[in-house]
Amino acid sequence: MKGTNLGEFEELVLLTIALLMEDAYSVAICDELERVTGRSAKLGVVHAVLNRLEEKEMVESRLGEATKTRGGKRKRFYQISNTGKAALIRSKEMREELWNRIPSLTLKGI
Amino acid sequence: MEKKLPNPPKWAERFLCWYCKAELLEDLQGDLNEYFYRNLKNKGERRARFIYVLDVFKFFRLYTLRIPNLLNLFINFIMLGSYIKTSRRNLVRNKLFSGINIFGLGVSMSVGLLMIAMLVDVFSYDRFHTEHHRIYRLISRLEQNGNVNSSFFATSSMKAGLSIKESVSGVQDVALLRNGFSGDIELTEKKLPLAGYWANDSFFNVFSFDLIQGNPATALKNPFQLVLTESSAFKLFGTTEALGKTVVRDERQYEVTGIMKDPPVFSHLKFDMLGSLSSLEVLEQDNLDLMKWDNIWNTWSYVLLDEGMERTTMKASLDQFSASEDRTVENTHVELDLQPLDEIMTGENLANQIGPTLGKTLLRIFIALTIVLILSACFNYTNLSVARSLSRTKEVGIRKTIGAFKSQIIGQFIIESVIISLLALVLSLGLFMLIRPHFLSMESSLQQLLRLELSAGLVLCFLGFSILIGILAGLIPAISFSRINAVNAVKNLMASPALKGISLRKGLTVFQYSISIIAITATLIIFKQYKHFIHYDLGFSTENILNIKLQGNDPNLLRNELNELTEVQDVSQSMLISGIGHYSGVLMINPNDPLDSAYVYYNSVDENYLAMHSHRFVAGNNFNPKFVDSLETEVIVNEEVLKRFNIAGQQASNAVGQVVKVDGKDLAIVGVVENFEYGKANNQTGKEVILRYSNHNANYLNVKIQSEDLPATYAKLESIWKKLDPVHPFEAQFYSQQIQDGFKGLEASVKVGGFLSILVICIASIGLLGMVVFTTELRIKEVSVRKVLGSSELSLLALLSRGFLVLLMISALIAIPTTYLFFAKILLPQIPNSLPLQLQEMVLGSFAVLLLALLMIGSQTLKVARTNPAEVLNRE
Repeated sequence: MKGTNLGEFEELVLLTIALLMEDAYSVAICDELERVTGRSAKLGVVHAVLNRLEEKEMVESRLGEATKTRGGKRKRFYQISNTGKAALIRSKEMREELWNRIPSLTLKGI
Repeated sequence: MEKKLPNPPKWAERFLCWYCKAELLEDLQGDLNEYFYRNLKNKGERRARFIYVLDVFKFFRLYTLRIPNLLNLFINFIMLGSYIKTSRRNLVRNKLFSGINIFGLGVSMSVGLLMIAMLVDVFSYDRFHTEHHRIYRLISRLEQNGNVNSSFFATSSMKAGLSIKESVSGVQDVALLRNGFSGDIELTEKKLPLAGYWANDSFFNVFSFDLIQGNPATALKNPFQLVLTESSAFKLFGTTEALGKTVVRDERQYEVTGIMKDPPVFSHLKFDMLGSLSSLEVLEQDNLDLMKWDNIWNTWSYVLLDEGMERTTMKASLDQFSASEDRTVENTHVELDLQPLDEIMTGENLANQIGPTLGKTLLRIFIALTIVLILSACFNYTNLSVARSLSRTKEVGIRKTIGAFKSQIIGQFIIESVIISLLALVLSLGLFMLIRPHFLSMESSLQQLLRLELSAGLVLCFLGFSILIGILAGLIPAISFSRINAVNAVKNLMASPALKGISLRKGLTVFQYSISIIAITATLIIFKQYKHFIHYDLGFSTENILNIKLQGNDPNLLRNELNELTEVQDVSQSMLISGIGHYSGVLMINPNDPLDSAYVYYNSVDENYLAMHSHRFVAGNNFNPKFVDSLETEVIVNEEVLKRFNIAGQQASNAVGQVVKVDGKDLAIVGVVENFEYGKANNQTGKEVILRYSNHNANYLNVKIQSEDLPATYAKLESIWKKLDPVHPFEAQFYSQQIQDGFKGLEASVKVGGFLSILVICIASIGLLGMVVFTTELRIKEVSVRKVLGSSELSLLALLSRGFLVLLMISALIAIPTTYLFFAKILLPQIPNSLPLQLQEMVLGSFAVLLLALLMIGSQTLKVARTNPAEVLNRE
């Protein structure tokens, strides 16, 4: 199994999948990311990340039903796996711990 | 109804399918489609398509790539044996189809082999020189008083050749060759005519000819040095150890300073000997023209450029060089350029070539013809295979059901076509050996140029070529078979892929047949013209006359010897041979108007000539016999001369006795002969002809022979010649043979045209046969039902062949008028004395072609019309 560490973009994608719940497929993820971050999320990048996350077994995927909008092609829906959830939680905890240890003065005035 | 949305570009989709992993493909395609339709709304169609294509390429990444299935390749490899086995079975089962496929491909491939062998030969010319890529020939173009010659000459002035090394930078060395060295080489006991050039001392430096004995640096340095090839040294001395010996050429002594290997076959320079160019400084020291800048006619200069110098960069310095030298001559500009040594054989057709070359045009025409032939043969194969698909869809369906991949179906069909083309190669190799000598003997220069010898490399080329043809021909059927839907095929619901493109194939048949008819009709017409010209009534008799080339011997000596023979009826002398394309002109002054003069053609003959050749006199008499060396006083003219100069009011009888000035001499007209063909029968030049008297310096001896056994008589004549002149070989030809040789070009076109027509007709017939079999098979049920309902065989025959007959009629209607117009309006009017077109040759060819086609259609349709309807309908 590959490392369980999450990159920044990987984390964002994972969070978006979690957020979108049942509707998490590549194009929706892209759109949501764009909306939240304000930067354009390229399909190619997102696709590659999704592929990597699946390899790390942090997400699971299944094919949905065919729809007309996609030229009869089925969507691939993603869901966070337990490993993914654990990785997200750990990453959040790590950050929180770091935040907590920063003296409040240091970050003031930014 | 909703308007249909535009689709993403097909090819990009296909590309995606090709490279993308199967598990990622559908999702990815869907994503791209979604984006595409979104972009379509926001950004318009063009932009959306563009982005789609861009994205397809962006997704070409390591993780999306399909890993080639090694197992699959391995399976294909293992299956090879099975493919070959099934192919063999198929070939044997369908003997007719295999036979015509092999035949058609084989026939057209033989021309392909000829082309490959020719290309291999031509492109191996001059490659044996180690520096061949740095050697260029200096070529020149003359511009006088603003008139520019259209093409370059292969020759350049000796001055340019000798001074280019000093005047132009980047030139490492120059080899000069000058003509005029050929001649008889004499030893004390022997005389041998040899061909050669004057060459300068850089010759062995620039070229890689092997000097076996002698010093390459000095062998051609000093005047009166001579380098012999091995074979000519052997001929002269009986040994190749000839270094240091002296020989005599044209009353000058030359020392043999080198013995070289004979020039290789694939060298455009061919010679028996070389003389040192510096000899000319002695021999022609009084010749002021020799070193003139515009004397560009007799010298070939080969320049060895410095390493790294390019021809393009040299052009500017050459222009500068010629600009400075142009000042030495008046109103003349000589443009210089360089021609790569490698391109001499295959490049532009320059004037003044040192030897025969093939040239770009001929090569291109030949390649184009071959490609057309091979393509149409491949197309036929494709056509036939697709037509057969009807019987093979089930086979493919079952294969697929059992688990064959697409690639395996393709592999199987390609293997089959490659096997066919390999079998065709065997046939075409046989044909190649058969037509090779005919091809080479078509023109004398081809025989010198090409060998077309089978070597291991060439055979490999042939093998590669036939495999390529096999793949090319098999590709389309293979792909269309591999697309067959297994379920439909087994259920027999299959609409055969052959059903598509019917009209295209009809068009092709019409096209092929039009071409066939045009080819055969044109060949027949040319053949008719050829026969017409070689039997043309030249206005004099040529029967049983043997013309012997005297080659400098005394005509009277030989004549006296020949007269001893009983077979020899008569002997005459002439300067040239009329009617085969020899020309010689002389200036004649109009007796009525001294200011009017014109060139008339002439032949110098003795008193026996006119009678022996049965020239018909309109007025006057033959020459009066004279002593050798007496003054020329008499002339005989033809009617055309009277007309041209209006002599004696064009009254032949009055013209006799008139004195005309010819060649500065006053000659009395003693006779007027009827017009005859002086030059060639298909050439308009040579109308006004005069006959002058000469009885001692003729070039030809004309011998009239009366003999039952011509070869034996010929041998007798030859032995007499050998006695008189042991040096030169006996060169004699019968008049009729010479006339035939004069029309060798026409004969060659008949041969090539005939051969091509046969090929084209073969290919067209095969294509038609495929079509007939295919369509009749399709309609077999219909025929059976008709038969059951009481239709007669004859009406069925008519029903089945009607469509093809219409196609053939259309082809004939296109082809015959086209050919007629081309020959009657364009080509024949340009050829004087040509035979007018007759209905016979116009129709004969088409008739033969159509008959052949009808035979095929009839046999096939009859077969179908005769089938037992019960058997066919039973299958349901």
